[in-house]
Amino acid sequence: MSEYIIEMLNITKEFYGKKANDNITLQLRQGEVHALLGENGAGKSTLMSVLFGLYQPEAGVIKKNGKEVHIKNPNDANDLNIGMVHQHFKLVEIFTVLDNIILGVEPNRMGFLQKKEARKKVMELSERYGLRVDPDALIEDISVGMQQRVEILKMLYRENEILIFDEPTAVLTPQEIDELMEIMRSFTREGKSILFITHKLKEIMAVADRCTVLRKGKCVGTVNVKETTKEELSRMMVGRNVSFVVEKDEAKAGEVVLDVQGVTVPSRIHKNNAVKDVSFQVRRGEIVCLAGIEGNGQSEFVAALTGLERMSAGRISLCGRDVSAAPIRKRSRLGMSHIPEDRHKHGLILDYTLEENLVLQRYWQPQFQSRGFIRKGEVRQYANHLIDQYDIRAGQGPVTVVRSMSGGNQQKAIIAREIDKGPELLVAVQPTRGLDVGAIEYIHKQLVAQRDAGKAVLLVSLEMDEVMNVSDRILVMYEGEIVGELDPKTTTVEELGLYMAGAKRQSGTEKEGIA
Amino acid sequence: MKTKLQHFLRSAGFASCLASIASILVGLLVGLILLFAFNAPFAMHGFRQILTAGLASLDKLAKVLYQSAPLIMTGLSVGFAFKTGLFNIGASGQYTVGAFCALVTVIQFQLPWYLGLLAAMVGGAIWGAIPGLFKARFNVNEVITSIMFNWIGLFAVNLSLNNMPMMLANYWGAINKDRTAALAQANPGGMIPKAGLDELMHSNYMNISIFIAVAIAILCWVILSKTTFGYELKACGYNRNASIYAGINARRNIVLSMVIAGALSGIGGGIYYLSGTAQYTLVKTLLPMGFNGIPTALLASSHPLGTIFSALFISYIQVGGDAMQPEFVKEIIDIIIAAIIYLAAFALLMRSLIGKLFRPKGGGMADKQEQATQAKSIEQEAQNA
Repeated sequence: MSEYIIEMLNITKEFYGKKANDNITLQLRQGEVHALLGENGAGKSTLMSVLFGLYQPEAGVIKKNGKEVHIKNPNDANDLNIGMVHQHFKLVEIFTVLDNIILGVEPNRMGFLQKKEARKKVMELSERYGLRVDPDALIEDISVGMQQRVEILKMLYRENEILIFDEPTAVLTPQEIDELMEIMRSFTREGKSILFITHKLKEIMAVADRCTVLRKGKCVGTVNVKETTKEELSRMMVGRNVSFVVEKDEAKAGEVVLDVQGVTVPSRIHKNNAVKDVSFQVRRGEIVCLAGIEGNGQSEFVAALTGLERMSAGRISLCGRDVSAAPIRKRSRLGMSHIPEDRHKHGLILDYTLEENLVLQRYWQPQFQSRGFIRKGEVRQYANHLIDQYDIRAGQGPVTVVRSMSGGNQQKAIIAREIDKGPELLVAVQPTRGLDVGAIEYIHKQLVAQRDAGKAVLLVSLEMDEVMNVSDRILVMYEGEIVGELDPKTTTVEELGLYMAGAKRQSGTEKEGIA
Repeated sequence: MKTKLQHFLRSAGFASCLASIASILVGLLVGLILLFAFNAPFAMHGFRQILTAGLASLDKLAKVLYQSAPLIMTGLSVGFAFKTGLFNIGASGQYTVGAFCALVTVIQFQLPWYLGLLAAMVGGAIWGAIPGLFKARFNVNEVITSIMFNWIGLFAVNLSLNNMPMMLANYWGAINKDRTAALAQANPGGMIPKAGLDELMHSNYMNISIFIAVAIAILCWVILSKTTFGYELKACGYNRNASIYAGINARRNIVLSMVIAGALSGIGGGIYYLSGTAQYTLVKTLLPMGFNGIPTALLASSHPLGTIFSALFISYIQVGGDAMQPEFVKEIIDIIIAAIIYLAAFALLMRSLIGKLFRPKGGGMADKQEQATQAKSIEQEAQNA
């Protein structure tokens, strides 16, 4: 018996003559959590797709328990007891949890489904590993965290021994991440082996035994997590030192740009208001952060602020002008830029090219059209300028279809577009979601640069580190209300956590005292 | 040189063209099999008719052009709405109302043909606008409303014509009263000019309508690909949420898109019935010209310029089909033509297959996703239909 349960030796995979994986070797021991770390586009997903049988490598061999195997499609992978939780879940939305778990391996007798046994097995697994699910709920009705548990149960139901998790924490709340880490540990205790793809260093330090680092398609090395540090790992990943501390000077807050008074937004889901009587101001030259746990009214507030949704009461003024009822285009003209929370739903038209997306907020301006005809030359020139300046990487330059770009570069395109518009107020909602440390560092620098250029920045974030490092003032939102205003220099993460969890709140007078 | 050729072979335009041609060939093959099944001794003869009849004489060619003009219009109508993410199944109703408006203008009011076409455009536009308004205001699915409006349009037109004695053929000395008057008797100035083409082609069917249709197709292409208006329309079609986010008035664009689609179908009805060779017959079935616009648009992947060629193709095999009588009865010809068109509309599926063929082994992530979206859109079309 070999020391390794799975070995991928000298794997090379090319696309259009470019090497996405260049001579990569990855060896997974039985019973370990092996992290695969790398920037967006470093080749992690390609490597895992090779292991899962989605791609055939040009060179290299895969061995299981020392014996060479050929994995031609995901069914082969399944036969070898390899299971994968994809970054974007592969679930049938209108099926129940149980139906999704048994899909493809339905127990039947003469063609009739035998769900009773399946249900028993699923419930046993669910209890044993603490994977709470409701087997009869429809996928479309349950939270993202529960959907992920369904994906994990799918692997367990198939009795997979090698579990691949592709960026499983990108969509989870902090509490759910902790739970997932615990579940992963319980798997390894039972001898299952885990490949954990991520670019979050904290999680690697917390749960992984060893870590293989990829950079630009090449293997940088494999290290024991106990013998390394976050700084070391990030240096391996990006090839230079990355600062986790956002460097910035003292904020020089100027005149008020955004004035929000008593904004109330009805909820779409329940009868209560999602946002209740929220008032605050954002001034020139400061970054104000709206912090809180997901689902406490931040999304609804941003929708009302940017004009996507109507509010039921309150007043919003931008640079002294009332925009409470203004259409989106008018707010945009008056100097509001919006980096949206969901880049696929709102931020981009995925089937348009990069250049068409880069002028999405400006195509109607005289620079880009005359008498209703789009000036293609100007658009191309402008797009090339943004691609250079913001280092947006796209295979075919300005004519790349955005759908084919990596998540990080899609986000960069949005940021380039929104910042280059020259806004007075930049509303950035979770601008670093799902990005690697290099890209996060870059985006934080851009936000600070906007602040230093005298713009007002409103940052909405769920990440504690981001809230503490980037902002000049923190407003904590809990159940639709602002429950506290904190100064990141004098507060602690623990105190911020108490406010976010609703365990602590400032009274009205206290808040005014700080403001 | 080699890389240039490769680049061309991999380009999207080449793939769509080749896909359409491949689907047509598959469709013809199935047509041939059906011919053998129905009447084997005459199968090859019939097949030859389908393939060659359209070019057998100038008169037949004129008929191909004559039928393709309105088909280009309804194809453009469906394709234009499709680009904006709407499924205009109401082309038939818009076409009927357009025909009615055109005929009333030239017969009842004795006005010239261009005013008739203008009226047809306005009538079709109104008939398209109403489902558009319902969709934009109340989010009522445009498929349902436009199917309703097909029937409302048909019966409203028939009812009106029955109560307008001057419109019917018997008023002008003919014996039938189940159809509108022949324009040669009622108002020769209401006919679309022939500009000498009829003598050139030795055919009564020939007039300038094909040129009108081609010009409008080019106009549609310019609007969709060159203007900010087209940019907005397509943005709404691809991603409604993102276009709202960018400050585009999505509701207005839905209505405008349906208005334009309706106007295009309306013009189609106008040019067919103002040709002088067609008379509107009061029957209780929806006019197929509107529905044939759907495969026309699909075969062209909704591209306005491609629509010209797909309409020519469909008219061509229809003329060929007519020439198969009497060895084959009319219904069988319809089945065979339907099979060819049906398979021809598989262009989308073919495109992804061809895309795979000319790309290096393995393919990129982008291909996979493209195929996935194409598969999805095919699925949606299937559901809509």
